[in-house]
Amino acid sequence: MSQAGPVQPRVAFPPNWTSRIVTVAICAYVVYAAQIVDFTWARFLTGLDQGRRFVARMFPPDFSADKLDLLYGGLVESMQIAILATVFGTLISLPLGIAAARNLAPAPIAWAARGAIALFRTLHPIVIAILFVKAVGFGALAGTLALTVASVGFVSKLVAEAVEEMSMAQVEAVRATGASFASVIVMGVFPQVMPRFIGFTAYELDSNLRNSALVGIVGGGGIGAPLFTAFQRFDYDFVLTIVLAIIAIVMVGEVVSGWMRRLFQ
Amino acid sequence: MTDSGLLPSGPAGQRLRQWQRFTPLQRVARAGFYVGVLIAIIWAMRTIQIIPEFLYDAPQQTADLFVRMWPIDWSWYPKTVHAALIETLHTATLGTILAVLLASPVALMVARNVTRSVVLNNVGRLILVATRSVHSLMWALFFVAVFGPGALAGVLAIAVHSIGFTGKFLSEAIEEAKPGPLEALVATGAPPAAVLIKGIWPQVKPAFLAIAMFRWDINVRESAVLGLVGGGGLGMALDTALSNLYWDQAGLVLVVILAVVIVTEIVTAWARSRII
Amino acid sequence: MDAAATFQPNAAEAGIDRSLIVRNLTKAYRAGQPVLRDVSIAFAPRGVTAVIGPSGTGKSTLIRCINRLVDPTAGELLFRGDDLAKLRGRALREARRRIGMVFQEYNLVERLTVIENVLCGRLGYVPVWRAWARRFDSKDVDRAFQLIDAVGLTAFATQRADQLSGGQRQRVGIARALMQEPDLILADEPTSSLDPKTSVEIMELIASRAGERDIPAIVNIHNVALARRFADRIIGMSKGSIVFDGKPQELEDSHLLQIYGGEGWLE
Repeated sequence: MSQAGPVQPRVAFPPNWTSRIVTVAICAYVVYAAQIVDFTWARFLTGLDQGRRFVARMFPPDFSADKLDLLYGGLVESMQIAILATVFGTLISLPLGIAAARNLAPAPIAWAARGAIALFRTLHPIVIAILFVKAVGFGALAGTLALTVASVGFVSKLVAEAVEEMSMAQVEAVRATGASFASVIVMGVFPQVMPRFIGFTAYELDSNLRNSALVGIVGGGGIGAPLFTAFQRFDYDFVLTIVLAIIAIVMVGEVVSGWMRRLFQ
Repeated sequence: MTDSGLLPSGPAGQRLRQWQRFTPLQRVARAGFYVGVLIAIIWAMRTIQIIPEFLYDAPQQTADLFVRMWPIDWSWYPKTVHAALIETLHTATLGTILAVLLASPVALMVARNVTRSVVLNNVGRLILVATRSVHSLMWALFFVAVFGPGALAGVLAIAVHSIGFTGKFLSEAIEEAKPGPLEALVATGAPPAAVLIKGIWPQVKPAFLAIAMFRWDINVRESAVLGLVGGGGLGMALDTALSNLYWDQAGLVLVVILAVVIVTEIVTAWARSRII
Repeated sequence: MDAAATFQPNAAEAGIDRSLIVRNLTKAYRAGQPVLRDVSIAFAPRGVTAVIGPSGTGKSTLIRCINRLVDPTAGELLFRGDDLAKLRGRALREARRRIGMVFQEYNLVERLTVIENVLCGRLGYVPVWRAWARRFDSKDVDRAFQLIDAVGLTAFATQRADQLSGGQRQRVGIARALMQEPDLILADEPTSSLDPKTSVEIMELIASRAGERDIPAIVNIHNVALARRFADRIIGMSKGSIVFDGKPQELEDSHLLQIYGGEGWLE
C-alpha cells in the first residue's frame, strides 16, 4: 500500500468553505449589529442594576381596592373582546376558508379569498387595531374588530388547508346523490373538517386571550390600557398585579381550550 | 344529533343495535358546552361597552383614514423610515440569534433523552412556558423600563419571548434523534459532551436551522411593532407619525411593514426548501 | 495479508490477559422477571464465540451487560482486572473504549462522513474540543484510512454514511469498533439486516480482524450455519440460561431442538 512510492496524502476533512464563511459572517454580523443597537457591557450592567430596582418595586403587588376595580374592569373587557373575536372570527373563517380551498371553489374565487387571507395574516393584530381605533374610535369595539380580522387571517388559512386535505371521495359520493352545493358542504365537507375546526377555534381562543391584553396599548380596550399606563407611571407594583392576572387568565384559557379539544376529538 | 338518546339505553336498547355516535355522558358534556358558549356570547355582547356615537361616524372616519393616507408621503422614507426598517431587521435577526443561544441549553434540559431527570425536565418546560406566555410587546415594556427605549430593549424582548417557541421545537427535534447512533457512541466510551457534538448535533442540525428560520420570519413581524412601546424600529416611526396625526407618513410605514413581511416570508420559504 | 498484518498497527498490545469471566450474571428489567438467570461463562482470551438462541432469550442483554449499555441486576464481569459491573463514570468510559461493539442496525451517525464515523471510535480518547474542531491526531486519521481500506471502502471514505448500502454501513461499523483498538469485540446480530452473501462477508471480516488483532469476539447470531462456519465456540441460550456450550462440530440437531424448541423447522 503506502510503501509503493509517494502517494498523495489523503485529506480526511476537506475544508468546507461555505460553512466557514457563513460562521465567520454570522460572528461578524453579531458584533456589528450589537454595536448598532448599542449593546455594551456598561449598558448591560446599568440595566441589571435598573432591573433589580424594577423587580424590587414590583413587590408587593398592588391589591388596593381602586386598583382592583380598574383591574377587574380591564380583565372583563379583555375577556369579552377575546370571546367575541373568537366567535366572529371563526364564523367568518369557515365560509372564507372553504372559498379559498382550491378543490371546492372556482379558481377566481379561491384566489381572491387567498389574497384577502394573506393580507389579514400579514398585518400584526396591533397594526390592525390602530386602523380600527381610527375607524370606530377608542374602546372595546376597535379591539374586537381587530382581533376578529386577525383571527380570520389565521383560522381561514387553516380551514382552507384542512378542506384541501380532506377526502374528495366522500364529497363526490354526496354530490352523486344529486345534492345541492349547500348540502354537499353540510353533508360532505363539514363532517370531515369539523373536528379540526374545533381545534383551531380552541387555539384561537387561547391566542385571542393573550392578544386582548395588547390591543389596549393602542386604544383598543381591555386590560392593555391600564397596563401601559402603569408602566408609564412607574406603578410597577400594579404592573405585577396585572401581569399575574393575565397569566392566570391565559392559563385558565389553556385549560378550557384543552378541555374543548378533548370533548370534540 | 341523533334521536337515539330517546331510547332506553338498557339491554333492550342494545338488542336493537341502535347506532349511537356518542356516549350519553359525551352528549351531556357537549350540550353543556354549547349552552356555555351561548351564555358567554350573550354576556359579552350585552355588557361590552360600545359608544354608539363612535359607531355612527365609522364609515366617515374610515373614508377619512384613506383620504388622509393618500397620497403616501414617500419622501419620508429616506429621512426616517429606511433607518427604522434596518433597525427592525437588526432587532429581528439579533433577537433570533440570541434566542437560539438562550433556548439551546433549555432545550437540552427539557429533552428526556439527554437529561434523565424529571425535575430538570419540568424546570426547563416551565421556563419555556413562562417566556412564551408573556407577549413580546409586554417583554418590550419591561426591557424599555430596564434599559431605556431603543433597539436594545426590542432585541431582548424578541430574544426572551422566542425562547419558549424555539426551545419547544428544538427539544422535540432532540427527542426525535435516533437512539441507535447515540448508543453506539456511548459504547465507544465517548464522554457525554462528545456524544452531544458527534451524535445529537449532526442529527438535529437541519431541524435547528429550519426552526431558527421560521422564528426569524415571525420575529420580523413582531419587531416591526415593538417600537409602539419604545422598542425601536418601524414601530417607533409609526408611533411618531400617529402622535403627530401625519397619516400619510403612517401609511408609508404600513406599506413598508407589509412589504418587508412579504419579502421575509418569500426568503424563508426559499431558504427552507434549500435546507430540507 | 500477512505482510500487511505485520505492518499494520492492527495487532493488539501483547502480554495482556483478554479473557472475560462472567459470573452469576442476572438481569431483570422488571423485578421478578429475569431475562438472564444466573449466567456464568468464561471466555477465552482469543477466538470467536457465537451465541445462538431464539429471539428474546437474553442474548442481546448478555452482550449489552458486558459493555454496560444495560446495567446488570447482579453478578460479576471480570475483564482486564476490573469488575465491569461495578464501574462508574470515567472508569466505565475507559473500560468501554477497550470494548468495540458492532450493532444490528449499524448505528452510524448518518449525516457524518464514513471517515468521521470511523474516527468516532476515538471519542473515548481525544479531548472533546478536538473532536468538535475535527482536529484528530494525524496518526488516528492515518489509521482510520487504513481501516477503511482494510474493510474495502477506500472509495467511500469522504462520503456521507447515509449514501451507503447496508453491507457497506456494517463495514463502517466494524471499522469504528476496530478504531477503538479494542481488547474485545462484541457484535449484536451483525448480519440480521443483511442479505445472505453480505452476511458471510461481514462474519468473515469480524472473524479475520479479531484473529489478526488476536483478541476475542463475542457474536450474537441467528444464523446457525454462519455460527458453525466462523465460530470457534458456540453457546446456546434458551429462556435466559445456557443450554449448550461447545465446539461447532459438537452442536447437533438434538441441541438445536433444545435451544429453539419445536420440530418441523429442522427438516
